[in-house]
Amino acid sequence: MTTVQPLIRARGLVKRFGDFTAVDGIDVEVLPGEAFGFLGPNGAGKSSTMRMIGCISPPSGGELRILGMDPVRDGPAIRARLGVCPQLDNLDPELTVQENLTTYARYFGIPRRVARERARELLDFVQLTERADSKVEPLSGGMKRRLTIARALVNEPEIVLLDEPTTGLDPQARHLVWERLFRLKQQGVTLVLTTHYMDEAEQLCDRLVVMDGGRIVAEGSPRALIERYSTREVVELRFAAESQEAFAGKLDGLGERVEVLPDRVLLYVADGDAAVAEVQALGLTPANVLVRRSSLEDVFLHLTGRTLVE
Amino acid sequence: MVSLVLPRLVDVSAASRRSASVAERNIAALKSVYWLLLVSGFVEPLLYLLSIGVGVGALVGDLTLPGGQVVTYAAFVAPAMLASSAMTGALAETTFNFFGKMKYMKLYDGVIATPVQPFEIALGELGWAMLRGGAYSAAFLVVMAAMDLTTVGRAAAAFPAAVLVGFAFGALGMALATFMRSWQDFDLMGSAQFTLFLFSGTFVPAEAYPAIVRWLVEVTPLYRAVHLIRGVALGTGGWSSLLDVLYLVAVMTVGLLVAARRMGRLLYR
Repeated sequence: MTTVQPLIRARGLVKRFGDFTAVDGIDVEVLPGEAFGFLGPNGAGKSSTMRMIGCISPPSGGELRILGMDPVRDGPAIRARLGVCPQLDNLDPELTVQENLTTYARYFGIPRRVARERARELLDFVQLTERADSKVEPLSGGMKRRLTIARALVNEPEIVLLDEPTTGLDPQARHLVWERLFRLKQQGVTLVLTTHYMDEAEQLCDRLVVMDGGRIVAEGSPRALIERYSTREVVELRFAAESQEAFAGKLDGLGERVEVLPDRVLLYVADGDAAVAEVQALGLTPANVLVRRSSLEDVFLHLTGRTLVE
Repeated sequence: MVSLVLPRLVDVSAASRRSASVAERNIAALKSVYWLLLVSGFVEPLLYLLSIGVGVGALVGDLTLPGGQVVTYAAFVAPAMLASSAMTGALAETTFNFFGKMKYMKLYDGVIATPVQPFEIALGELGWAMLRGGAYSAAFLVVMAAMDLTTVGRAAAAFPAAVLVGFAFGALGMALATFMRSWQDFDLMGSAQFTLFLFSGTFVPAEAYPAIVRWLVEVTPLYRAVHLIRGVALGTGGWSSLLDVLYLVAVMTVGLLVAARRMGRLLYR
């Protein structure tokens, strides 16, 4: 690899709120054109990290460089080149959909004519053209999210920060958001996103870090992480009895690893079907059997001992 | 310290442009319901002027000012109504509306993600509040001149004074709003505002109070505002008007700095 300058570079980055350490010394590098993800459960420190990168939260320690600049000293200059889609939509409820974009463009010093032009293009991009003159409040969650994403693009940013872009959306709305983000990525925009959805991370991210308790516990491409921390396939066994634990004991020696969850037992194996046959050979009769490929969820479970979405 | 302040000074044009964009947002948000609010802000001081200035004034008769000048009671009260309406107009925008935008609409959470900084938000909101306050003042001055409570020339001179009053109270209100915890706190502020309105040499000359009370009254911002505008409107102002101006400029500056600092701390979490 040649020496590409990272757009975002964090070394030992720390964020404290009083006694609480939200981000506990993380190292991150995001390269141009990359889709980079922070994966982790609620409270892992993802949003705090995003706010520091967005230059709206001063780091408590460590080093942070964004576009080669210091976020504390050069905040306005950096923010001029960032697009931010925060975790909670903070759209302007007193303005229409279109005005939300044109007004926001003015904060960046974009001339009115250009702002109107761009608002039209962006509304088309996020499929909200028909709602241009509507107020924000009656919009559905998915529409608001898309509008927030459009707003984040109004200054033609080099980096777009998306904090849980699809949390709370129905599957259809999520897919529409994913598709738009994918198109952005194809246009060469650098995406940085947080998520606690493994499928979102797998779909969108070239590279990601898994965060837990303010620390980075693993880093790599979704594929590499799965290969490194999980097996090729997973067998999910649901036993009818209340305690999965009792059955899990009998599965010792089967596959690489056994994880016991409250409602099911996960068997990490190279060949799922062969493992199912072995389970049956043991005389066990699970109520439900599912063979699937390993996912980031399994990586997370392995690294932290907990599931991502409780 | 110098290295902290200097780049900001150099960046004045960008900063004022960004402040203007904050004010511009309010113009975009100006909808029909709002006009009713705007009208009420003008009508209120007018009602006071007519009921107390003219109505009670008929019972009180003429007043002899400390300088020896004799004026009608309405002419005495009118500049005070102008000053208090400039205060009320600016405060309404920078306390109530500002607090709502900051705390409930989370408007500035979105704004700070752009190059706009807290100080520029404060300045933009204040500038907008002054557009509103300035409109009240201009309208009220027209009424005063029409009722022969001042001359046209003095009314023109009183306008910038009224705008300064608005800026001072607007900045003060914004600073206070950053300390407000909930809407309940505004009741307290409303009471304080009404007390100022009653006792700042508005309806009774401060000279009428016992020495200690008088001294207390004379350090309140509304008293200085009334004193300044009355001096201009009645042509009785002198060197002490300069003190009023300095006082109001100081209130404005401190208010803005405190507001911006507090906003920075609240928003840049």
